[in-house]
Amino acid sequence: MSKQRLKSELFQALQERYAPDLQLIGEDFQQAVLIEPGRLLEVLAYLKADAAYQLNHLSNLTAVDYKDYYEMVYHLYSLPLKQSLTVKLRCDASLAQVPSVTGLWPSADFQEREVYDLMGITFTGHPQLRRILLPDDFPDHPLRKSYEFNPVEEKG
Amino acid sequence: MPKTQTYTLNMGPQHPSTHGVLQVVMELDGERVVQAIPQMGYLHRGIEKLAESRTYAQFIPYTDRLDYVSSMGNNLGYCQTIEKLLELDIPERAEYLRVIMAELNRIASHLIFMSSVAIDLGATTGMMFGFRDRERILDLFDMACGARLTYSYIRIGGVREDVPPEFMAATRQFLADFPEMLAEYHELLTGNEILYHRLRGSGVISGPRALEIGLTGASLRASGVDYDIRKAEPYGIYDRFDFCVPLGQTGDNWDRYRVRMEEMKESAGIVTQALDALPDGPVMAKVPKVLKPPPGDVYHRIENPRGELGFYVVSDGSVKPYRLHVRRPSFINLQALNEICQGLLIADVVAVLATLDPLMGEVDC
Repeated sequence: MSKQRLKSELFQALQERYAPDLQLIGEDFQQAVLIEPGRLLEVLAYLKADAAYQLNHLSNLTAVDYKDYYEMVYHLYSLPLKQSLTVKLRCDASLAQVPSVTGLWPSADFQEREVYDLMGITFTGHPQLRRILLPDDFPDHPLRKSYEFNPVEEKG
Repeated sequence: MPKTQTYTLNMGPQHPSTHGVLQVVMELDGERVVQAIPQMGYLHRGIEKLAESRTYAQFIPYTDRLDYVSSMGNNLGYCQTIEKLLELDIPERAEYLRVIMAELNRIASHLIFMSSVAIDLGATTGMMFGFRDRERILDLFDMACGARLTYSYIRIGGVREDVPPEFMAATRQFLADFPEMLAEYHELLTGNEILYHRLRGSGVISGPRALEIGLTGASLRASGVDYDIRKAEPYGIYDRFDFCVPLGQTGDNWDRYRVRMEEMKESAGIVTQALDALPDGPVMAKVPKVLKPPPGDVYHRIENPRGELGFYVVSDGSVKPYRLHVRRPSFINLQALNEICQGLLIADVVAVLATLDPLMGEVDC
């Protein structure tokens, strides 16, 4: 599986191009790049279009609640070059807002709506950001670590 | 000139052709579809949240209930993810058994696909043939693990137990009978003029657009994009097998049907190769009783019958996952529904739904 990851020189090239807003983190299959939210769209557009990367398939998009901050995770894959890259982004828990990538990959539409629905992160620039799995009047975002489950007691 | 206006019609959530509890809100101009918006969530169980309060092994039965007609594939995807995190080596025999199960399950799942295409277009008899032969595969799984639908057969480190001796003979017999079954389907359905004219040329999506919108699996390959994770990023021991990836050309309903029919043949070929090469030995690696993966995160994806199934797991070093996310192919494939259906007749929405083949257990998670 290791052969599918991005070559290390491509990682280095990315870091040089976008330093200090881009860092390399993790090792082996956990290797990823961490981007400053402000430059997310710029970097992703480059990764999608540049001939050395051609990451044209957004395989997965999700978010993790680390209490102080939310981490967005994008798993990109290149069909022509058969290489993959994990892109991460941290946003402050009090802000909970990141740019939408639907302009680059329309496939992010439902996935961002799901993250918004369950994790409560707002995506700026999303065409129709509304809940997708839970009812529209659901009060909270259940995948947050702070979520408390209060079952209604049955009567009788 | 009389004034006309569009109107809204709900299809589902209680509708036999939506394959579960999917609601499609359609805006119609007479018989033509202006918009078809899928509404999901009727089967949402919060499996991702539940995972955070279960141990790694306890989550396996939940994966059975995602895409519940291809549970072996779900088991495989989840277990391989955790094994990647633990850096576990799997015994050879278990690897081969996993491939046999996953590919048999692909055939069973595509038989359901074929049956539902048939019945959605009014061919009740066609459905009977698919379900009759799928029963043979369910009997094989029953022999191996005692369950017909929710197997939990593939475990972290291998498979639950070795298959009984009669499983081999029965699988060989099934594979010997399978070409005849396929010929029967082709005679009954593929060669049927009504089915052909219902499917051919309707519900078209181009290859580049299908990829952009996130289609994966057979629906993407029907549009001519050669992308099968078994070939592109071989997991387990898939690089040892010789098989073709069937592709369509136009990306219409007919191609989506044909690609899956061809895939069944390829899967049967893989099972035959795996049976021939099946080595003796243990079926379970030495796995600690209490699983505590090292802190970190991992993403792993496999080619499930419905597309690219991915698991993203974050471990904090404890016995339970800190976060678990499932990339469900049916959920993301549904994004294409609105685009494909625009301009079609309302009756063809049913055909598009049947050939996109979403499964609500997986859509809602």
